[in-house]
Amino acid sequence: MFKTVWKKMIGLGLVAMLSATALVGCSSETTTENKTDNKKEQAAETTLDKIKERGKLVVGVKYDLNLFGLKNPQTGEVEGFDIDIAKGLAKKILGDENKIELKEVTSKTRIPMLNNGEIDAIIATMTITEERKKEVDFSDVYFMAGQSLLVKKDSNINGIADVNKKGVTVLTAKGSTSAQNIRAKAPEATVLEFENYAEAFTALKAGQGDALTTDNALLFGMAKQDPNFRVVDETFSEEPYGIAVRKGDKELLDVINEYLKEIKANGEYDKIYEKWIGEKPKQ
Amino acid sequence: MLDYSILIEHWDMYMQGFSNTLKASVLALIGSLAIGTVMAVFRIAPIRPLNWIGAAYVEFIRNIPLILIVFVFFVGLPAIGIRFDSFTAGTLGLTVYTAAFIAEVIRAGILAVPKGQMEAARSSGLTYLQAMWHVILPQAVKIVIPPMGNQFINLVKNSSVLGVIAGLDLMYFGDLISSETFVTFDVYIFVALFYLLLTIPLSLGVGALERRLAKSR
Repeated sequence: MFKTVWKKMIGLGLVAMLSATALVGCSSETTTENKTDNKKEQAAETTLDKIKERGKLVVGVKYDLNLFGLKNPQTGEVEGFDIDIAKGLAKKILGDENKIELKEVTSKTRIPMLNNGEIDAIIATMTITEERKKEVDFSDVYFMAGQSLLVKKDSNINGIADVNKKGVTVLTAKGSTSAQNIRAKAPEATVLEFENYAEAFTALKAGQGDALTTDNALLFGMAKQDPNFRVVDETFSEEPYGIAVRKGDKELLDVINEYLKEIKANGEYDKIYEKWIGEKPKQ
Repeated sequence: MLDYSILIEHWDMYMQGFSNTLKASVLALIGSLAIGTVMAVFRIAPIRPLNWIGAAYVEFIRNIPLILIVFVFFVGLPAIGIRFDSFTAGTLGLTVYTAAFIAEVIRAGILAVPKGQMEAARSSGLTYLQAMWHVILPQAVKIVIPPMGNQFINLVKNSSVLGVIAGLDLMYFGDLISSETFVTFDVYIFVALFYLLLTIPLSLGVGALERRLAKSR
């Protein structure tokens, strides 16, 4: 009884080892083939051609950012401002907004994923900066974000000038750029810094401060969650979001810029903006 | 080696934090000693409803995390229109929390005084409160000093909870300096040194008091 079990196990082990070596042999061959194929293709085709050939646009988006790119836990669908812009782009290139594949990116992974070819473009609340322009090419601005203030609906604070007074308390998160900015721009105000924005918002709701400050993109999300609060119109820093493509993908970039111009002209952009942000874009 | 430039450049912040931690600790110490003594007497007084109040206070408060009690004062009470700033809310939370532990320490001290003391005091015509105040509590104090010292030291360290609700204490400024300079280790070592500056004298003081009272016994 014991012996037969042993024999079986040894037999199985041998079979497994043999098949594994065989598989490794196969896979290494195929990868080398693929690599040469890819090189040939890249030399011959632009990214735009490849998208058309593939019949699918692959876009890197965020999965965890309310209003811009958030995976809905109930439906499993990713939804948001960035997603609608991406779908519109798929429609522009391939004629169907469903011919799209969304891949999750984070601020850390998006540039590496773009550059190794996993995605064709990044639409993930990416601020256009000189530093990043060295690594990727950016489209025109598709969303103008900036630091702003979240206040009670009936508050008489309407801009940075209204908080630059003694006795006004502004809440934000520890160590954020927003904290440094507000100290520089409203030196008279008391600034209280919390562990994160959720805690700062809790304190604001409890009346522990007059305003909360960070990027308006985040503030719009909070205001949507609690209608007793509103985002003031003025922004006092500029964070222009752009769509990023690989360096030198000129054909794709031209199509993207053309697309952005189109939707801004035909009102589609305003519709998407209003759907997610809850108000019309400022001119 | 420690980077002392951090301490020098952020001296004002460290000092503001240190003085607020000291202030919060002293206020909470006085407050919790008062509430704790009252609750301890409630628990052993020969009046049933008072026993219940004392027991409920101690069991309810000491079995909840300190941070939640602080949140009650910081974001809970404002919902019903009572608002404290972050420093006051933190200090109140700390006071209420520590009082539950002090009540238990004092109750143990009172129970350690032989029963005959109360009986003798009552039969010489003192009321219950007079007997408690003039006869029992003075004897209980001696017994209670070492565990009470522990509670005071815990209180000073627990005051770091103010940092979470932006209470402008040592911990708050420590977090702030660390997030601005991206230095973690050195910043918090200095924070720890400032806490030691409060707790070590407290330890030594409690020790000295213990020896003095032991002699007088």
